[in-house]
Amino acid sequence: MPIDQPAGVVVPDEPLNAETEQIVINMGPQHPSTHGVFRMILTLSGETILKAEIVMGYLHRGVEKQCEEGTFVHNITATDRLDYLAAMSNNLAFSIAAENLAGVEVPERAWYIRTIVCELQRIASHCVAVGTFGADVGTFFTPLLYAFREREMILDMFTMICGARMTLSYVRPGGVALDLPDEFIPSCRYFLDIMPGKIDEYESLLTGNEIFKVRTVGVGMLPKEKALDYAVSGPSLRASGINYDLRRDAPYGIYDRFNFEVQTADGCDCFSRYLVRVREMRESVKIVRQALDQLPAGPYSANLSRNFRAPEGEAFSRIEAPKGELGFYMVSDGSIAPYRCKIRAPSFINIGPLHEMLLGYKVADAVAILGSLDIVLGEVDR
Amino acid sequence: MSTSNSDPVIEQLSAAFPRVPFRAVNPGIPALVVPGENLVDVCHYLKITPGLEFDYLASLTAIDYLDRIDVVYQIRSLKQKRDLTLRVEVDRDEAVAPSVTGVWRAADFQEREIFDLMGVVFTGHPNLKRILLYDEFDGHPLRKDWRLPAEPRVITS
Amino acid sequence: MDVIRLGHKVKEGSIPGDGAPDDAAILYSGAVKLSTLDHALNWARNSSLWPLSFGLACCAIEMMAVGTARYDISRFGAEVFRPSARQADLMIVAGTVTRKMAPAIRRIYDQMPDPKYVIAMGGCASEGGPYVNAYNVVQGVDQIVPVDVYVPGCPPRPDALLHALLTLQKKIDALKAETSLNEHKK
Repeated sequence: MPIDQPAGVVVPDEPLNAETEQIVINMGPQHPSTHGVFRMILTLSGETILKAEIVMGYLHRGVEKQCEEGTFVHNITATDRLDYLAAMSNNLAFSIAAENLAGVEVPERAWYIRTIVCELQRIASHCVAVGTFGADVGTFFTPLLYAFREREMILDMFTMICGARMTLSYVRPGGVALDLPDEFIPSCRYFLDIMPGKIDEYESLLTGNEIFKVRTVGVGMLPKEKALDYAVSGPSLRASGINYDLRRDAPYGIYDRFNFEVQTADGCDCFSRYLVRVREMRESVKIVRQALDQLPAGPYSANLSRNFRAPEGEAFSRIEAPKGELGFYMVSDGSIAPYRCKIRAPSFINIGPLHEMLLGYKVADAVAILGSLDIVLGEVDR
Repeated sequence: MSTSNSDPVIEQLSAAFPRVPFRAVNPGIPALVVPGENLVDVCHYLKITPGLEFDYLASLTAIDYLDRIDVVYQIRSLKQKRDLTLRVEVDRDEAVAPSVTGVWRAADFQEREIFDLMGVVFTGHPNLKRILLYDEFDGHPLRKDWRLPAEPRVITS
Repeated sequence: MDVIRLGHKVKEGSIPGDGAPDDAAILYSGAVKLSTLDHALNWARNSSLWPLSFGLACCAIEMMAVGTARYDISRFGAEVFRPSARQADLMIVAGTVTRKMAPAIRRIYDQMPDPKYVIAMGGCASEGGPYVNAYNVVQGVDQIVPVDVYVPGCPPRPDALLHALLTLQKKIDALKAETSLNEHKK
C-alpha cells in the first residue's frame, strides 16, 4: 500500500523472488528503551516501519482526580511524581497557579531560591536525558555514568536543602518550604565551577563522535510546521528552529533579570535535540551563577496557612520545564482543595507527532527517536 | 495577564462572524464562549487569517461544573505574541462537541483524553477511543459524580 | 592435598551468611573447599542475581542510580540488567502497578525461569503507596505476583535498594537448593 514517505528516506525494494509480508510487532510496555511503560505497535516490512500506533496509559494513576481531594499542600507531593526527573519544576508550576488563584505575593528571596533550584533541576534532568539518549543509541553506559555523577552532586545539594533526592516537595505556594542552609552556597559555587568542564566531557564523548552522528543526524525529522501544528514545546521545538522559550517570551517570576541565550538548532533531527539540551545546560549554569550573585536576604515564604483557601475563580500557570511547557489550569470553588486541577503535560503533547516521525525509519531508529524526544511517563500518563 | 491584548481579536471575530452569539466571560481568565456549531469555523479563521495566525493550540481542558461541562481551548500565536482562550459549553448528559483536529493536530491526543476521562464525544475525530485507561473500564472517572465501583475487578488476562 | 582454590578465602570454621542452617558449614583446610550442595548452589544464585529491567515509574530512576558508579550494584554481582524476562531471575518491581499494566506484569513473571525472586520496590509496589485510593492502581504488586522483599520509601534511596538486595541474598542462603523459592509459597 502507498505510504507517506518523508523526503530522502527510501524503503528498500523487495527482491523479485522473495515472498515477504508485513509483520506487526509490539514494542513495550516492558522494553529496555522505552523510558518507562510505553507501548508502540509497529507494522514492519523487514526492518522498516510502515505504521506506528502509540498506546499509553500504563502509568495512569489518576493524579488529576487525586488533586481534587487533597489540599493545595497535599497536592504538591502529588506533583512531584509527575515528571519525576524535575520535581522542582512541577512544584513551581503548581505553586504559581495556586498563587494566581489566591492572589498571593511571593517574596524576592523566595523567587531567587526558586530560580536557582529550578535551573539546577534542569541541569539534572538534561543529564539524564543526554545519558539515556546515549544509552539508547548504543553508547551503552559510558555517558550515562558520567552524567549521573554530576546528577548525584545536584541531588546531594537538594538533600542538603530539603532532605530528599527526587520527590522534593520543596517549592510550595507562597515561596519555598525551608531556607537555604549555609553550606549550600559554597557547594553550589563549586559545582558551577566544575560543571562547564564536565559538559565539555560529555560533548567530547558524543558530539563529534562519528557513530553517534551517523545514528542521529537526519533521523526523526520534525519539520517546523509539524512541530507547531502538534504544539510541541521545549527543546524538541527549539531543535526545529523555532525560537520560543517561555522564560524569555512569557517570563514568570524574575527570569527577566537574567542574561541568557535561548538555544536553538536548525536540524530538526535527533542530533539537534541533543545539541539543544547540552547547550541549555550551559545556559542554566550561567543563570544559577547570576542568581547566586544577586540573592537578597529576606523571608523565604509568604507563610500561607497549611489549609489556605483560594477564592472562587480560575487561574493557570505555564513554565518552561526541562521537558517543555508545563502548565496547570486550576479552578477553585472557595474550599481548601482545588475544584479542578488540569495538568498540561509537555511529554504527553510532545509524543503527538511521534507516529509520523517514525515512518520509514528502522526499528533501531525508533529507539533513538523516542529517546530524543525525552519523555517521562509519569507526565504522559499522569 | 493573558488575553488583555486580545480585545482587538474579539472585535475582529465579531465582525467576521456577525451572526454568531459570542459571549465574553472572565472567571479569572478572560475567555470567549463560542457555540459548538461554530467552533471549527472560528478556529479555522483564527488560524489562517494573516494578522491573527493562532497556529499553536497550547492546551485543551474540560471542567465539570455540575450543570454543564466546559471545554476550554487555550490558543496562542507565536508570531503575533497573543493568547486567546475559547470555551465551549456542553451539556452533561449529551456531551458532544466538534473536534478541532482538522485545525490543529495537537488536539488529537488531548480530545481523546477528555473523551476518556470526562466522556465528551468529539464529532469528526479520526480515532476517538480511550487513551489512558484500559478499554473495558466503566465510566468516566474525572466526572464529579463518578464513584469507584464496590468490587473493583483486577484484570489478570 | 592438591591445591584447588575455589571461591574466596573464608576464615577457618566460620559460616558465611547469617542464619544458614547447621548442615551448611564450610570446612576450609587450606586447599579444598567442602560444602553441601545447598550452600554452594545458594551462594552461586545469590551472588549473581540478574535483575530484569522493570522500572515502571519514579523508583526506576533510583534503580538506575543503583546501577551507576556511586551506589554500584555490581559489587553484589547484580549489575547485568537483562531486558528479556527469560534471562533474568530477579524482578525488581520499581513503581506503581496500574490495572492496565497488571496483565503484562503477570505474563512477564510467568516468563521468568525458576528460581525467580521479586523485590517490590517503593511504596506503590508494596501496598499502593500515595495512590492507594486511585481508580487505576493495584494496591501492591503482591496481589499479582509473590513478593520476597518489600522496600519502603517514596522513592527508597539507592542504599535502601541495596539493603533489600542483601536481605534477599540472606533469604536465598537459607533455603534448600532443590526447592525453588516459589514452591513453598504456592
